[in-house]
Amino acid sequence: MAHVRVAIVSEPLDITAEIERVSAGRGDIGAIVTFTGLCRDEDGRLEALELEHYPGMAENEVKRIAEQAAGRWEISDVSILHRHGKVRPGEIIVLVVTASKHRHAAFESAEFIMDFLKTHAPFWKKEHTAAGAVAWVAAKQADDEAEERWNNSD
Amino acid sequence: MKLVYFAWVRERIGMAEETVDPPRSVETVADLLGWLRTRGDSYDIALGESGAIRVALDHDHADHDASIAGIREVALFPPMTGG
Repeated sequence: MAHVRVAIVSEPLDITAEIERVSAGRGDIGAIVTFTGLCRDEDGRLEALELEHYPGMAENEVKRIAEQAAGRWEISDVSILHRHGKVRPGEIIVLVVTASKHRHAAFESAEFIMDFLKTHAPFWKKEHTAAGAVAWVAAKQADDEAEERWNNSD
Repeated sequence: MKLVYFAWVRERIGMAEETVDPPRSVETVADLLGWLRTRGDSYDIALGESGAIRVALDHDHADHDASIAGIREVALFPPMTGG
């Protein structure tokens, strides 16, 4: 079974530290894939994103997604780190690290994890604009479709 | 039974959580949503577009036809936008 690490935190995420944590002292890993999701400034319009989450369920659900990926691909390690609270443009919202002997498992599992995080992890983004307006970000149909394709391509 | 609300569902209802004791006739999530909507305008506005309401029963995603028998915590929220 893969080493699974999940964290929902309010502090900045460090991609280098996470790669180091996964790979330190290991001779069995042949590939590490990372996905980094960043907060965009939307052409200068956005001041910050506020990420609300469902404490308890968010950790469980993210762990469940990590374990699903580990059950489906030959990956030795999976880390999913997600911010909550206020995130500024340029900061990392989500970090996914997958490790495997061969690259395909690491690539595909990272993409699977992101598609399921979008539709299943209980987080909600609220935009704070530079002009002082606030608005909830609407879910995208494209995210549902991205998740759906994993059900058809086993 | 504890109800917890998130994002615009929480804002429209005007609270983050509450404890309720629904009547016996409320057996499913859909029944619960219908009953909550009778409790006031804020609930009706928050839950009126029921297709946009996602549900978790004791931290597990569930459909509107799921039974709420024995459930301790019901969460109601909009489609998720994490990641």
